[in-house]
Amino acid sequence: MALTGTKSIKEYKDVLKGKVWVFPDNVDTDVISPTQYLSDNKGAVEHTCESIIKNFPREAKDGDIIVGGRNFGCGSSRETAPVILQEKGISAIVAESFARIFYRSSIARALPVLEIEGISKEFKTGDEIEINIPEAEITNLTTDKKYKGKKLDPILLNILRNGGLEKQLLDELKDKGKAK
Amino acid sequence: MSGKTIAEKILAAHSLSDIEISPGNMINAKIDLILSHFGTARIVLDYRRIRPSKLRKVFDPSKIVVIFDHYAPAPNEKMASAHDLIRKFVKRQKIENFYDIREGICHQVLPEKGHIRPGMLVVGGDSHTTTYGAFNAASCGIGNTDLFHAFVKGELWFKVPETIQFVISGKLPYNTMSKDIIIKIAGDYSAEVARYKAIEFSGETMENLSIASRMTMSNFSLELGAKFAFGVPDQKVVDWIKKRTTELFELIKPDADAEYEEKFNMNIDDLEPQVACPHTIDNVKPISEVVGTKIHQAFLGSCTNGRFEDLEIAARILDGKIIHEDVRMIVTPASQEIWLEAAKSGVAETLIKAGAIICNPNCGACFGGHQGLLASGERCISSSNRNFRGRMGSTAAEIYLGSPATVAASAIKGELTDPRDY
Ligand code: SF4
Repeated sequence: MALTGTKSIKEYKDVLKGKVWVFPDNVDTDVISPTQYLSDNKGAVEHTCESIIKNFPREAKDGDIIVGGRNFGCGSSRETAPVILQEKGISAIVAESFARIFYRSSIARALPVLEIEGISKEFKTGDEIEINIPEAEITNLTTDKKYKGKKLDPILLNILRNGGLEKQLLDELKDKGKAK
Repeated sequence: MSGKTIAEKILAAHSLSDIEISPGNMINAKIDLILSHFGTARIVLDYRRIRPSKLRKVFDPSKIVVIFDHYAPAPNEKMASAHDLIRKFVKRQKIENFYDIREGICHQVLPEKGHIRPGMLVVGGDSHTTTYGAFNAASCGIGNTDLFHAFVKGELWFKVPETIQFVISGKLPYNTMSKDIIIKIAGDYSAEVARYKAIEFSGETMENLSIASRMTMSNFSLELGAKFAFGVPDQKVVDWIKKRTTELFELIKPDADAEYEEKFNMNIDDLEPQVACPHTIDNVKPISEVVGTKIHQAFLGSCTNGRFEDLEIAARILDGKIIHEDVRMIVTPASQEIWLEAAKSGVAETLIKAGAIICNPNCGACFGGHQGLLASGERCISSSNRNFRGRMGSTAAEIYLGSPATVAASAIKGELTDPRDY
């Protein structure tokens, strides 16, 4: 099963740069992780989000960044949603707000997520974006405008820096094993 | 300093952090109970990655409940193997609170078996874990990686949520149910009204509702984005739980001066039965606007509305009648206990005589697993909690959500029907 484990998790960097995909409000987990591909991981990645942005799965490149609207990731608790976006190469998501379980699971998977009021109106698909994660600072390099979001809590930032919750836990246990 | 909400009190009692319990702050907290269903298979695989292998233990087997409700009994070989993998894990880890395929749906079985008590902090690998709010427990769903972390360490990070309050007054009209209240809330305030927040339901209507009816509302609150969804902490909760466990507990009540982010007042004296139309749960219409819409399937079941009172009201409506010849009515009681009650009371007989098909207690049709999927172009009235495209089979099928009364009435006529006519 390709969608478990931490293979698709990228090495953490404080500052990310990439090309933007603007997403609408209320993107649900069924859009990201279509039900008909639940047991077909390759298919899921090849068809993710196509029901709302047709060329996304074909044209999204490694390192691209999603700028979303309100309630991003609403719907079911399936963790395949953030994982599929990671597999597609998405390196971070900035949105006006996130649905709770999607937000948690993204952090757990070390997929940086930042919330900023009104942000989706400030970008167009194809713009270049720079994100400073610990400062929650976002720059639209195309329009040269800066925006500031709410900083991530240190607990969450740590999970991102440690490569996700699973890796953090496995490393901690490894050390514990050595200490004994 | 202002008073505390239920969520704030329960999180404070479980916090491992030296941080003030106020909305927006993050804490680490210890967990009282973890629920896991077929997603446990993923946990088993994660456990194999733990080095050194002698550390491959769950933090406390007595605080974990594993249950098979999705895909029960196994509909295919893949699921049978997953079940097998999990059964072996459960034995190895000495998890005694294991409910194999016979018991029913997690959110019904856990309270019935006495696992849920007021004041507990519960997480589950299932989004509708909010259901236990009806029992004054802070409970929410989490994803697989968080679940794995909880299995190993018994703790997780939590954001202290804002709390919103719904104060509900009035008496439910004839053949209108708590499901109609919660669907109406979705329609009026959107599927986002409680995003990442705790809900407290209160008011005279809530006090008069049965525990089962309150569970329906806490369950459906997840669809409003809620993190926790508390019912009223009263004697009814105490009496219900005392029949199920000898463990001690105390009700957690909000302070009189607790701070709510928002308060919504609602009166339901004139509430009409409500239907959530395809394909979002906040696409809500009163039944009068959709009567006559042809249906092919009527589904009565799920953790939202598969309880005895739900079957009972359906039986009352169906008594002496025959389900429309073009309709398959599928009933899945939420648990074995409910099934037995339905059998003993004659409710099951009435349903069967009317032409309903009663399945074993499980999730089945609710999430399009098995036992009642929809073909392209078909329409279903369902008592469950999700009408997303493709949820019950074909993406070209349509799901309408309504109360058990609406499901039963519609099954008779073969079209969406106002249950107040029966
Ligand atoms: S009955 Fe439906 S909503 Fe409830 S736990 Fe099962 S699949 Fe989920």
